[in-house]
Formats: sequence, C-alpha cells, structure tokens
Amino acid sequence: MADALFKVEDLHLSLPDLARKPLFGTAPRITILKGLSFTVPEGAITGIVGESGSGKTSLGRTLIRLLTPDAGRIIFAGRDIAGLDDEALRPLRRDLQIIFQDPFSSLNPRKTVGAIIASPLLLHKVATAGGEARDLALEALTQVGLPASFAARYPHELSGGQRQRVGIARAVALKPRFILADEIVSGLDVSSQAQILALLMELRARMNFTMAFISHDLSVVRRLCDRVIVMRKGEIVEDADTVTLFDKPQHAYTRLLRDSIPLPEVSDGWLQDA
Amino acid sequence: MTEAYLDIRDLSVALQHSGDRLLRRVSLAVRPGEVHALVGESGAGKSMIARAVFGILPKAVTILEGQVTIEGADLNGMSEAARRLFIGKRAAFIPQDPLTALNPSKRIADQISDRLIHILGMPKAKAHERAAALLEEVKIADPERVMRLYPHELSGGMRQRVLIAAAFAGEPRLIVADEPTTALDVTVQRQILALIAGMQARHGTALLFITHNLGVVAKLCQTASVLYAGKVVEQTSVRRLFADPRHAYTRALMAATPRYDRPEESLKPASPELMGELAREVAETDALWAKERAHG
Repeated sequence: MADALFKVEDLHLSLPDLARKPLFGTAPRITILKGLSFTVPEGAITGIVGESGSGKTSLGRTLIRLLTPDAGRIIFAGRDIAGLDDEALRPLRRDLQIIFQDPFSSLNPRKTVGAIIASPLLLHKVATAGGEARDLALEALTQVGLPASFAARYPHELSGGQRQRVGIARAVALKPRFILADEIVSGLDVSSQAQILALLMELRARMNFTMAFISHDLSVVRRLCDRVIVMRKGEIVEDADTVTLFDKPQHAYTRLLRDSIPLPEVSDGWLQDA
Repeated sequence: MTEAYLDIRDLSVALQHSGDRLLRRVSLAVRPGEVHALVGESGAGKSMIARAVFGILPKAVTILEGQVTIEGADLNGMSEAARRLFIGKRAAFIPQDPLTALNPSKRIADQISDRLIHILGMPKAKAHERAAALLEEVKIADPERVMRLYPHELSGGMRQRVLIAAAFAGEPRLIVADEPTTALDVTVQRQILALIAGMQARHGTALLFITHNLGVVAKLCQTASVLYAGKVVEQTSVRRLFADPRHAYTRALMAATPRYDRPEESLKPASPELMGELAREVAETDALWAKERAHG
C-alpha cells in the first residue's frame, strides 16, 4: 500500500448550532464528528460517502483545515496540522485545494475564467508575473478540455459542466498534493457527469494527485474511487477498498445504501422490498 | 386499451420574443392506472410539459400548435377560472422541492385540508379527518401530532410524504410528479417511490412522472417518453426501452448512467459526433416546420 498522505487519529469536531442560538450568549454546540481515525493513501482517490447529515462535508473541510477540530490529530505529509492557526496554515494552502459542488456560486461572477484560474497562482507565488500566470491558466484550461478562448469568458456564459471544468482547472493549476472534491458532479446531468468523471480519471493518471471525493452517490464512487469510507451520523461505518466494499459489504448500512440505488433495469420486486 | 386520461397532441411551444422552440410537437398519453415516465436532461422541456398540463406556461411562452386534453376536454379553450376549477378537481402536482412547495406559515393540517375545503367544498371537520387519514396512508406515525407542526419542523422525507398526501387528498385521477425524489437521500428515495407506487396503484391514478433518473424509470414506470431538446425521441413501454433502446440518444443516456454493478460499462460520455448529429436533427426539423408555416 502506498504511503499515507493524511493520517487522521481520533478526530472530533463540533460546531455551533445556530438554529438554537439564544438572542444573547453563545450557541450550543452540536457534535459533528465523533472520533474518526483513518488514512488517506497518497496517489489514490478516496471516496467519502454518506447521506445528508452524516458529516462527510464537515470531515472534508476539517481535513483541509477550513474547520478546526476540537481534538485529534491530522498528520498531513508527516506534520500535525490539526491545531495550526491561519498564519501557519498559509504555506500549506497551495497543497490543500478544494473543488466545490456548485460551480456557479463558487466562481466570482465579475472575473473572467482566465483571472479566476490565474489569481490563486499569483497568490501562492506559483507564478510571479501576470504573463506567467496567464500562460499557466491557459495550460490548465487545455488540461481540463476547454479551449483557450474560454479564458476571456465569464462564468455565466458557461454551462454547468463547463463551469465545473473551470473549478477543476483552478485546483489543478496549482499542482496541489491534495484535492478535495465535494459533491462535484451532483448538480450535473448524467452526460456532463460522465464527462467530468472521465476527465478526473484522465487527470489523475497524468498528474498523480491525491483526492478525496465526497459523494452521496455510491454508484459514481464505484467507478472512480480506489477506496471508500462510508459515514453515518459522524462515525465511520465501513472503510474498505472499493471492490470489497461493493462485493462484500461488512456493514448492514453499507448494504442498505447500495441496495437503495435503483439500477436502470426492470425488476418487479425492488419497490416491494422497500 | 383504456382511453387516455391525459392526452397531449403535437404540442409545440416557443419563446415569444425570439421564436425559439421549447417543445417540438410533443405527443403523449397517460391512461388511468398507468405510470408514464418523462425522461430527459435539464433543458429538455420536461417541466415545460408539466406546466402546459396545468395551463400555467410562463407569460413569455406561446403555444404554436397542438393541444392538451384532460378527460377529453381541451384546456386551451377554457377561461382562467373554469380551468382552475376543472384541473383542481381532476389533477394534482407533486413538486421536486417540498420546502418551497409548502407554505412555511401554515400548519401541516391546513396545507392538506385547504384544497379539500376550497376546491371540493368539504366541511372543515370532515376535511381535518380526511387529512389525518391521508397522513396515515403515507405512513406518517402519529398524524395528529404532525398535523400541528410547521413544514420547517419536518425532515425532507417527511415533507415529501405530506405533499404526496396533499396530492392524493382530492382523489385526483391525474398526478404529475416533477422529480419528487431527486433531493432526497437514496434510502428515503426508495421509501418514497414505494409509497407513490402503492398509492397510485390503490387509487388507480394516471401518473406522469418526470425524472432524469433512468433507475427510477425502470423501477416505477410502465411506459416512457424520452425527451431531447423539447422533442420526444423515443416513446415505448419501459420493458422495451431497457431491453431494446431504439434511439441513439436513449442509448447514450443509458451508457452515461452510473452503475455500481457494471462500473466498466457505465459512465460513458456521449461522443461529440452524436451530440452534433442530434443538434443537426433538431435544426433540420425546425427548418422544415418554418417552411411549412411560411407556406401554410
């Protein structure tokens, strides 16, 4: 097995429950992650699946330290980043990238596609001059299968699939060690979904990054991921390589998730068994 | 074969200002007791068809040709008030997002009983009783307690159950459901689909089920129309659709659908050649119709 890029030990997270916040005073805290331990192997795509409220998105955001855990260790490339402050995290940000679910709200509507991809390059000093950043941005566009002319367009001029390609280009242009993909194909039609996943597989083969792919859809995970973590109510229910997880799920909840997916073939008993 | 309850014939609608067609001679029929799938991707015109059924097309859209009939009556000829009453007694709608479809300031009891009181003229006490019975039918435990709650106090699955109860409340003979399970978790989706199937079969309702999910089509529906760019490209029984898909677009949709049981054969993107061919096909029929209209 490849070396672990992340080694997570006994991770706890709670967040303020704003729905129950009194007018004055602090909101009560709600427990999100209940002591998770797992590793993210380098160079692999790890799927994180679960239903709404399972804590999969919070887990992803804690990994890349957009959220601060209450307790536990997050060893990233040999160093515990669980307790680092913003200042200490800044040099690591380039290596911890995220692609969001909704490419429309995550792309600045007033910037061109070229500027959207180029600005993190300048921020992280991957490129030092505007010209260099532009060249790298164009290269990233080509890598995600968009013509260079798209650099001059604005997000609203693009389709959902094209916007998601821009989100991917922005992340891969930095050549990060780790990319968190949070439900990145959930809002897309099946045909764009298939294209985006094909693109991810192609990029992975070429660039060899490590990825965590968060999804509620087990059937997408089956094709893309090397290994899958199944979450439920802030805990890991099952953690196995993809083939084992699907062929011999150990936990009843994993089986329930799998068997709840309607396969595109006619069978009369499926609804009766629900 | 029983007569169609909902009958859409050669329906074409277009944007008023540009003349761009949104529906292209759509014909489909749904018979009592039948679940008909309307399958397609976003922008194909699925929801536009639903709106045409209820006579609530956006103002910027005009009907170029064709008609929608329910129980043999053409809706286009009716006045607004007559149409509302006619439809309200015969058809109901289950939307995708249960939170926006429910009135946030009304208790669940009123959301269901309102239509019974206002459209069917049921007395208040009887409507309340019927609402409780309906909530029980959609398998909500403790209906009396749930009836006193507001929508935000319910989970997504519970809200969708409430909307299903509301849809069946007036014993409509036609229900149009627009992606009612798309926002739900898969385990909840399965329960809701089973619930809809059971209710539909018991009540003998004609159900037009709009979805982008071929899995849902296979498990729930008996007949299907595959929609591409506002055009029905394939219309057949669901058994035949999956056993022998005829249209290239249907096959492309199936190949692109993820499958955990056959990962290597699934998630195949459509070729650019096919997409180009489809676009050409649409442009050609549009040009032909434009010519027809100019001469006719």
